[in-house]
Parts: sequence; C-alpha cells; structure tokens
Amino acid sequence: MELTVVLRTILLVTLIVCAIAVNLSKSLLQSVIIFMSYSSIMCLLWILMESPDLAITEAAVGAGISGTLFLMTLKKLRAEDRRDEAEGEEGQTS
Amino acid sequence: MSRFKDRFMRWLDGDTDVMNYVMDSTRTPYLSRESLKEKAAAKRQEFAGRSRTKDVVRAETKGFYALYNVIAVISCIALIGVLLFTVANLPEYGQENPRTVEVVSRYVEKGLEETGAVNIVAGMILDYRAFDTLGESHVLFTALICVLILLRIDAKNMRVGYEDYYTIREDAYFDVSGDAIMRGVGLVILPSVFLFGIYILLNGQNGPGGGFSGGAIIGAGLILYSTAYGFAAVDRFYTLKLSMVITFISLTFYSFAKGYVFFTGANGIENGIPKGIPGAILSGGLILPLDIAVGLVVACTMYGFYSLFKRGSIGGA
Repeated sequence: MELTVVLRTILLVTLIVCAIAVNLSKSLLQSVIIFMSYSSIMCLLWILMESPDLAITEAAVGAGISGTLFLMTLKKLRAEDRRDEAEGEEGQTS
Repeated sequence: MSRFKDRFMRWLDGDTDVMNYVMDSTRTPYLSRESLKEKAAAKRQEFAGRSRTKDVVRAETKGFYALYNVIAVISCIALIGVLLFTVANLPEYGQENPRTVEVVSRYVEKGLEETGAVNIVAGMILDYRAFDTLGESHVLFTALICVLILLRIDAKNMRVGYEDYYTIREDAYFDVSGDAIMRGVGLVILPSVFLFGIYILLNGQNGPGGGFSGGAIIGAGLILYSTAYGFAAVDRFYTLKLSMVITFISLTFYSFAKGYVFFTGANGIENGIPKGIPGAILSGGLILPLDIAVGLVVACTMYGFYSLFKRGSIGGA
C-alpha cells in the first residue's frame, strides 16, 4: 500500500515536471520527446487508476502515433533545420 | 572550372551542403554565387521598407500588447481557479457520486444481462452510449478527409521546385527502410504487434481494450511496417481505394446498426441478436461487429495520417 502511494507521488510529480518542461524547452524536438514521455507516465498512471483500456490507448496513441505525427510535422516545417542554421550563423559571426 | 570554384565558395559561405551534389547532381538547379547575392540584396531591399512599418505598428500597438498580456494572465488565473474549485467539489476518488449513482448502478447491475458484455465499459460505449462512438468514428473519418484534402500530392497539384528536390534528396538519404536492423526488429516485433492488436480488437467485450485501442495498435503496426520495409511493401495490399472502401463499409454498417438510437434513446430496441455466453469471443450481440468496424476506421485513419504526412499519398496514388 505504502509503495503504491510513493510510486503514484513520484509519477505525478514527474508528470507535472514534464508538462512544464514541454513549454519551457527551447528545442521543438525536445518538446516532442518530453511530450511522449509525458504520455508514457500517464499510461502508467492509468494502470494505477485501474483503467487498463485507457492505458493501452494512451500508449498507442499518445506515446506512439501522435509523437510520430509531431516529428513528421517538424520535418515538414524544417523547424529543427532552421534553428541549426541560425545557430551556425551566430557561431560564424562571433 | 570556375563553376567548381564558385560551388566551393558557396560551400564555404555555408549556402549549400556538399552532400546535395553527391546524392543528386543532375537535378539540382544551379545558381551562381553572384545571382544569389543579387537575390539576397533584392530581398533585403524588399523587406527594408516592411520592417520599418512593422516597427511603427509595434509602437502604435504597444498599449494593446501590454493589455493583452494582462488579460491573458488574468483569464488563465480565472480558469485555473474555476478548475481547482470544480476538482475540490468532486466526490472523493473511488466514492460514488450521489448525482449520477442511478445511471452507474443501472450499468453495473444490469449491464451484463442487457448487453452480454463482461467488460462493462465496452457495454457502455458500444451499446448504451453507442451514438457517442458513432460520432467519434465519423470525426476520425472527417479528420482523415481533411488531411487528405490538405496534404495529398497527385498529378494535379505536384509542384516540384528547389525545396521539393531538397526534400526528395533528404528523404532518400535518411530513408531507413530495408536497413538490416530495421528489418530484423520488424521481423521480431511486427507479428506480435498485429496479433496483440487483433486480440484486443476481438476481445473488447470481455477484457480491457476494444475498437479504438485495437485499431490504434494495428495502425501503429502498419506505420512500423512501412518504416521498416518501405512504403512499397504496404502499397502491395493497402491502397487509397481499399482504405476508403473499408472506412465507408465500416461507417455505413455502424450507422445502420446504431443510427436509430438518436430517436429511441440510449436503451435502443430489441434486435434479436443472441447475446451468447458471457466471456466467449462470440458474445455481446452487436458489440463485436461494432468493435471491428471502429477498429478498422481507426487503423485506416492512423496509417492514413502517417502516410499523408510522410509522402503526401496513401498507397502511392
């Protein structure tokens, strides 16, 4: 019983940290990866809340497919490329 | 020779990547260094006027932006307050809510008898509240159609410019399909992924899972299959037409089977389909076929999203 409470507390704290880190991280790629880890933690929490069907869906959709779609969108927008180019230019001038 | 030197100088400037010429030297539109400089100067001139007006606009709307920030913060705090107030007034976790206790007790006590599903959640979402799931499936289909309209590349709207050549080269360079590691991992993982998805799809009335989860897992399996073995492998059996036929048949079946509940209410009418032995695969009356219909729609939508995002088409057409 005690162990479950400890585990749940750790997971909830990590969940909040992840939710804040998604907004604060500078790189969009990092944001997507943190978002996927958020979904994985949420999946564990669904299991602790005794709803395994939601956990399955969260693992497949939240951590898998939506993350993939975010990555594809980043690639389409070349968001990461542009950031790297900008950093490269700064590096050259300084 | 001067062309080579020009290219080298452009590489030194950081304008271009050497790999571009290695991967595809024939189709790259060649732009000399001078013309690029002229273009950049023209662009700078074009934007010089604009940025000044932008500054003017920003100065004029400075008060508005300050007000905007204040209002945004206030509305956020208000929303947080409302949500926290609601959460504080919710019944305690695991306790029964006195306002909805009638519905819950009806579902828990009579659910198995009336729907034939051991998993009460499946009985709720596909029998009592089947119109919710009907709407959800149609929302997924509409989303797929919208993505298809926006992202589909076919003969009519194909527009190959410099950017597209860059994309094609890059895709070819970073394509991992056919890679030994990917194929090996796919060989081990894919059968269990598909089997697990089908198990969840067919076992929705008896255990956790059901149409949406099973369909999502099968869709993820298709995505993994196309990543490991290339889109050509999936195109052999999965085309746009097949995807549309599957989606159409599933949604039509669902609509005919459960569309009437919009008029009769959540209890529906007696359909005479045998409920079967609770716990068996063939039990729960209409729940299993509806699960399969929802699962097929979800799988088609998930793979369709991925395929359209990745290459702008489903099944190579």
